[in-house]
Amino acid sequence: MSLSKSSLLPNVLKNLFVSDVRIVRCSHFVYNPDPKPAINGERTKMNMFQAINNALDTALKTDQKAIVFGEDVGFGGVFRCTLDLQKKYGKSRVFNTPLCEQGIAGFGIGAAAAGSTAIAEIQFADYIFPAFDQLVNEAAKYRYRSGDQFDCGKLTIRAPCGAVGHGGLYHSQSPEAYFAHTPGLKVVIPRGPIKAKGLLLSCIRDPDPCLVFEPKALYRAAVEEVPVADYQLPLGKADILKEGKDITMIGWGTQVHVLSETAEILEKEYKISCEVIDLVSILPWDQDTVCRSVCKTGRVLVAHEAPLTSGFGAEIAATIQDHCFLNLEAPVARVTGPDTPFPHVFEPFYLPTKWRCIETALKLMDY
Amino acid sequence: MALSKYSINGAFRVISQCLSNQRLILHKSKHTQPKFPGATTSWTQKLQFTEQNSYAPIPVYRVMDSKGNILDPAEEPQLSNELLLKMYHDMSLLNVMDKILYESQRQGRISFYMTNYGEEATHIGSAAALNIEDWVYGQYREAGVLLYRGFSLQEFVDQCYGNIDDVGQGKQMPVHYGSRKLNFVTISSPLATQMPQAVGSAYAMKGTNRVVICYFGDGSASEGDAHAAFNFSATLECPVIFFCRNNGYAISTPVEEQYRGDGIASKGPSYGIHTLRVDGNDVLAVYKATQLAREYATKENKPVLIEALTYRVGDHSTSDDSSAYRSQDEVLDWANNDYPTKKFRLYLESKGLWDEDKEKQFLQKSRKDVLLAFNAGEKKLKPKWSEMYNDVYKFIPIHIQKQKADMKKHLENYKEKYPLKSFSN
Repeated sequence: MSLSKSSLLPNVLKNLFVSDVRIVRCSHFVYNPDPKPAINGERTKMNMFQAINNALDTALKTDQKAIVFGEDVGFGGVFRCTLDLQKKYGKSRVFNTPLCEQGIAGFGIGAAAAGSTAIAEIQFADYIFPAFDQLVNEAAKYRYRSGDQFDCGKLTIRAPCGAVGHGGLYHSQSPEAYFAHTPGLKVVIPRGPIKAKGLLLSCIRDPDPCLVFEPKALYRAAVEEVPVADYQLPLGKADILKEGKDITMIGWGTQVHVLSETAEILEKEYKISCEVIDLVSILPWDQDTVCRSVCKTGRVLVAHEAPLTSGFGAEIAATIQDHCFLNLEAPVARVTGPDTPFPHVFEPFYLPTKWRCIETALKLMDY
Repeated sequence: MALSKYSINGAFRVISQCLSNQRLILHKSKHTQPKFPGATTSWTQKLQFTEQNSYAPIPVYRVMDSKGNILDPAEEPQLSNELLLKMYHDMSLLNVMDKILYESQRQGRISFYMTNYGEEATHIGSAAALNIEDWVYGQYREAGVLLYRGFSLQEFVDQCYGNIDDVGQGKQMPVHYGSRKLNFVTISSPLATQMPQAVGSAYAMKGTNRVVICYFGDGSASEGDAHAAFNFSATLECPVIFFCRNNGYAISTPVEEQYRGDGIASKGPSYGIHTLRVDGNDVLAVYKATQLAREYATKENKPVLIEALTYRVGDHSTSDDSSAYRSQDEVLDWANNDYPTKKFRLYLESKGLWDEDKEKQFLQKSRKDVLLAFNAGEKKLKPKWSEMYNDVYKFIPIHIQKQKADMKKHLENYKEKYPLKSFSN
């Protein structure tokens, strides 16, 4: 790539933003667009950041009390999710905050308690921990501790999460299990643009505080025909992406696409019929759909990028053995990240790849 | 991304051209101001530290001396006799309620309590300068604000007992009050978390002629959330009044171990926040400071920091014995020589609004009222056990419904093992 003399400096600067680094990398998944959702009307091709931008635009347009804020959201966000929103709705509704996550969360709680629809962004899920106290001790318990006199249900926190190929320790984490242990919060993770838009609008309008973890690997890689209409998708409801009878495979976010590919290979090469479930909601989660499926197949594999110990897979496994004990033909298997920090150059060995999932599924079939 | 040889050479040319231009500019602009985006300032050729002594400490504003004499008649707020008496009544009543509830904890009748001794003026003076529509975020030692706004003795007692009439439904520890109707946001134990929240609420209220007041102690000001709140309030231009009760101690920790700057007030200007420091034992000074802060905050949509210097006369809480870390002489000195309620009483007496007879009658009635509420609160049942599962979410999700149903079955089998008699059905 050659750069003209006059544009050299600005381009170098521009490339510091994550979203503009156009380096083609081998990703560990193949994106499968959603089958057409049952939402009528016009559709437009969007990637996931555009679908999120569209949802935020819809929220700001339909709710005069909605505000969008966080670090660098004013110029469009480091992942472009808030592109042009400040131009459209003004600085009082879409604005930058100082660089302070506990402040962002606390500010959002207070704005929501006083009647604003507060949509906050934490730049990376890895940096949500400074806000952990505000989210766990405050947001989650606001309604409960006041006897429903005060609540911050109008708060939604968005944060990019998950592996991205080269994110290292602090641009790759999947912190959903930390929050799954907190009564009072709702946690969702979309698998693509259509889900991202519908879930985000549901979270924004839900009467409880919600966390939306957006797999950043999908921002540009996932492209779908997204309905232009204002639509919502249910929280707490899992999706069966593919029906099968031999084994149930459960994942969420990017991992859903790894599992779909795993299922394809298992069917083609080994004639194993896989049922693939996107859990969608981590809290509350859809025990009913999961247990129904496991009772049918008798075998289950749960896969997530986060570390194994006390990962959300543990909660799913415990619930399955409780509800499906007599139907299980093999132990519940978990394919996850190891119990290490998320490494930089070792990422290919860290991830719960399709090869690890295939190997585990074959073991389950032979059990 | 690989840079071609051409573009590397190009970059070098651009940079060296910039540098030679800079040299010209620097040469020409010897006497101009620095252009750095980070600060608007001037150059100096003298290398020296800026330190605490580079500034004089912020003075303490007061209206009365320790005997209740007005120091500058022009500064005396022109408050009606009715308002002055309400302020005194509430300060005294708070003392009486504290005494009875503190002792009841000592007798094991409630589980926990925190008194407000010595800080009555900070509560009542500030509350009187606000409108009831203004939102209040507190820490836990601001019961006087609620009392002033009309929270009844019965409501205080019901919360401390966690009985069926507690609006919080018995879920929190005693003194964690809250009232939607009085715009007093429910207290929570984690310190300083309310501070950035108050800023967010103030942002939401911009343009409605309301302000948010946020109380916190000198210890809380050390939390990261305090820094977040100050900075957000200034950059996002929020009509919030930060009210610091600097009472010298955070449990056992004296201020020398809490900070080394000029108290909390000196932080204000460094965040770009208009700041006032007042005598927290002077209810009239607190009133005037809060009134000015409110006026400014609503007019300019900007924050104000008030630091009220005071002294925590009581123990930190009923779980604390403060004689383990400070002398009783020090405590008695404040209790006898500069106590806010006594000082205000002397002022009222000088105006002919109060006397010994009125004092006796008022204290007698107050004791009777508090005991009446206390005894009524003690007799009430606690809420039904199943209330525990409500309000986690707006609607009870399936998994919590199941846990509730399991508990119901368990209680049918083991009912005699649980204190069901004290709870409503």
